[in-house]
Amino acid sequence: MNTTSTNAPRQGFLALELDGDGAHPAAWRKARHTPAELLDGTRVRATVLAAESAGFHVATFADGSLPAASSDAGGRDIPGRLNALQRAAFAGPVTGSIVLVPEVDTVYTEPFHISTQLASLDYVSGGRAGWLVAASDKVADAAAVGRSHVSGEGLGREAADSVEVSRRLWDSWEDDAVIRDVATGRYIDVDQLHYVDFESTVDFESAAGAGYSVKGPSIIPRPLQGQLPVLVPAGLLNADQLSAGAADALLVSAPTPELLAGEAAEARAAAPGAAIIAELDVVLDSRGQSAAGRLAELDAYTPWQSSRARFVGSAAELTGLLASVLETADGVRLHPAVLDVDLEELAQLVLPALRRRGLLATPQPGSTFRDLLGLQRPASRYAAATISASSAADH
Amino acid sequence: MTDTHIGNGFVPSGQLQLGVFFQGVNSGTVWKSAESGSQTDFESFRRIAQTAERGLFAAFFLGEGLRLREHLGRPHALDVAGRPDAQTMLAALASVTSSIGLVATQNTTYNDPADLAHRLASLDLLSGGRAAWNVVTTDNAWTGANFRRGGYLDHADRYVHAEAFVTTAKRIWDSWADGAIASSPAAAAWAAPGSARPVHHEGKHYTVDYVPRLPRSAQYRPVLFQAGDSPEGRDFAARQADVIFSAHPKLDDALGFRRDIVQRTVNAGRGANDVKIMPASEFILAATPEEALEKKNWVRSLQIGPEQAVAYLEQFWGRELQEFDPDGPLPEIDPVVEETSETRGSGFHGAKAKQLADQWRAEAKDKGLSIRQFVSARTSRGDSSFTGSYTEVADRLAEYARTGAVDGFNISPWLIPTGLDDIVNHLVPELQERGVYPTGYAGSTLRENLGLATPVRQPDSVGVEV
Repeated sequence: MNTTSTNAPRQGFLALELDGDGAHPAAWRKARHTPAELLDGTRVRATVLAAESAGFHVATFADGSLPAASSDAGGRDIPGRLNALQRAAFAGPVTGSIVLVPEVDTVYTEPFHISTQLASLDYVSGGRAGWLVAASDKVADAAAVGRSHVSGEGLGREAADSVEVSRRLWDSWEDDAVIRDVATGRYIDVDQLHYVDFESTVDFESAAGAGYSVKGPSIIPRPLQGQLPVLVPAGLLNADQLSAGAADALLVSAPTPELLAGEAAEARAAAPGAAIIAELDVVLDSRGQSAAGRLAELDAYTPWQSSRARFVGSAAELTGLLASVLETADGVRLHPAVLDVDLEELAQLVLPALRRRGLLATPQPGSTFRDLLGLQRPASRYAAATISASSAADH
Repeated sequence: MTDTHIGNGFVPSGQLQLGVFFQGVNSGTVWKSAESGSQTDFESFRRIAQTAERGLFAAFFLGEGLRLREHLGRPHALDVAGRPDAQTMLAALASVTSSIGLVATQNTTYNDPADLAHRLASLDLLSGGRAAWNVVTTDNAWTGANFRRGGYLDHADRYVHAEAFVTTAKRIWDSWADGAIASSPAAAAWAAPGSARPVHHEGKHYTVDYVPRLPRSAQYRPVLFQAGDSPEGRDFAARQADVIFSAHPKLDDALGFRRDIVQRTVNAGRGANDVKIMPASEFILAATPEEALEKKNWVRSLQIGPEQAVAYLEQFWGRELQEFDPDGPLPEIDPVVEETSETRGSGFHGAKAKQLADQWRAEAKDKGLSIRQFVSARTSRGDSSFTGSYTEVADRLAEYARTGAVDGFNISPWLIPTGLDDIVNHLVPELQERGVYPTGYAGSTLRENLGLATPVRQPDSVGVEV
């Protein structure tokens, strides 16, 4: 992360989850559009532009099947959702600085497709793409694609495998593989393309069906960032998988807002190389109505079950909380109860106050997600192998 | 005189539609010219799509690649290689265009039906009813090496499988009742309970047990394109597709193809005008016929240079032929394999190599052609290309419209990103003057712009065993 001189405060970043009409299952009742207008491009454009102009650094897009609010923490009133990767891609050309991070499942989605879709997202967003790794534990998601249900340890294995395949495929074209050499008639330099020869790990009890292999190379040249930053919920991957470099950032949850900073510190100790992003539900006072009153009104329609810490209060109190969490975490991801209402308060009161205190990184047009995370653009692992082999031979 | 009678109640619209195929990989794309831009930068895609929209094109197409083509056991170095994922790119283009249709080529073998149908439905809603799916089938284990499913499909099964897949996708798109979503925030529920019908399919290759997550779009469901030209492919298209783009470029052939498709469509219980025909074609145009011919020679020389000519023969000879002069005769040595090893991903399968080599040598000798001239002639899209001045090509195209031979053309520009400029600036106005091309978009959806009828909902039955 970007650390400045010792006297200046740490500068962090803020991410905003843009799913549906907000994180509260009954958010649609307070949205400023008709229910059917939720599922179209106009709404995607409006929310991501509002997030960018408010000064959010990152927009995330949830994906997957939607359980009913009564059956599941995170469940919704709304059974409909557009594909997350496509929403992020749609937002790419109409935004200029905000980072676009879709959630993509790793258990029931073909790794080759995921890899090329995410690489394409990096192209259409000018290097502002990331990947929020999900590992579905839902029986319904297995049934949709006719596969056996994966649970427990298996989820982490599937996720780690999927990330590893994607990373290899992103590296499978070296940066300068497209040479367009008119003299020899060669469009690509074949020596700079590599098979990835990935074999999945299947030696665990809950392995669902046979393993798989991916030959490669990718069908798209290396992404603009070389490697897209990969965000993983803390707890999904074990220590070995983390130390192998699967995650560039960990998403950290706590039972209460007060406990978030402690959880962030623990996660940093477990994964020193990864950025730490704290998860927070948010309900703010708005237009003369208290946050607690707003929440009670929404809960009267559908109670909000969430596994995340929840802040309910004024903009000033939230500013204080975020300042304190950003002392230990690199970023915070906010899940506003109602986008149309809470985003306005965040934009007008919270983000300006944090900026005045020098706590937020300044979004830079043209910079990449890796730049925001303070990550170098890596060389392709295959190029590195070629170079180290040849330099070893020199000695 | 050409017999223009189609029969079966078919009524020519007298109009043409244009689509554009953004070429990814193949030797038709000229990359050696100084005017050739990036094949992967978003700006190239934006430029072509927005130019096409300025020219009132009905559709923008993307191909799909699931494994890099190989030549003699390595990735093929000579042609354009590498392209973005079709639906991801189209979702991005949906935000910077407003009327043009967005067509994704997507394979039925290495995709899961629920996942693919959901993504297409999502693209359809994001674009306001402009999505389409170009249905393709693959059955080779070589492509399958990149996928969990591997190469599990027998060649003979591919259309059976594709049809079950398409039917399942249609049932997913049709699964939400119209008006299911609440009209006001005060309603009892966001969606009326039970308004999304679960889709179940049980088949030889997969099962689907899925609760669809999206309502129907402004065009009800994505438009279906298909290119199969075999009898099985034609029947599949006649039963399932909205648009066919197989190329039968000569007017007589095109009329014969139209008659055949109309007959098959009517046999399948659909209307004579229900399946549109928009063949893939290449246009090489200039102000005068002489300039156009000169341009054609220039384009061909860049498409098939000396290296491409030799590499083309290597695919059939099954060995390197670098020692042969591209401007000399075809190699006298014989192919090293009895059955040619296919150039992966190029579609050449199992021709008898020795027999083919003998034939080609005889033909080249007979006509006095060098390797380069022979390959150039062989790979020429002569039959499916329109070369000439803007006015003469417009006259020819007007004849296709008048007879009802086709409903339009899918243009493959040989140059990215400027390859549509002369077509939109010069050919389109000529067609408009002749009254055979639209002067505005007919509606907001691809289905409306192609003049397609509202689709009939799939019956409520569960999937059938295949």
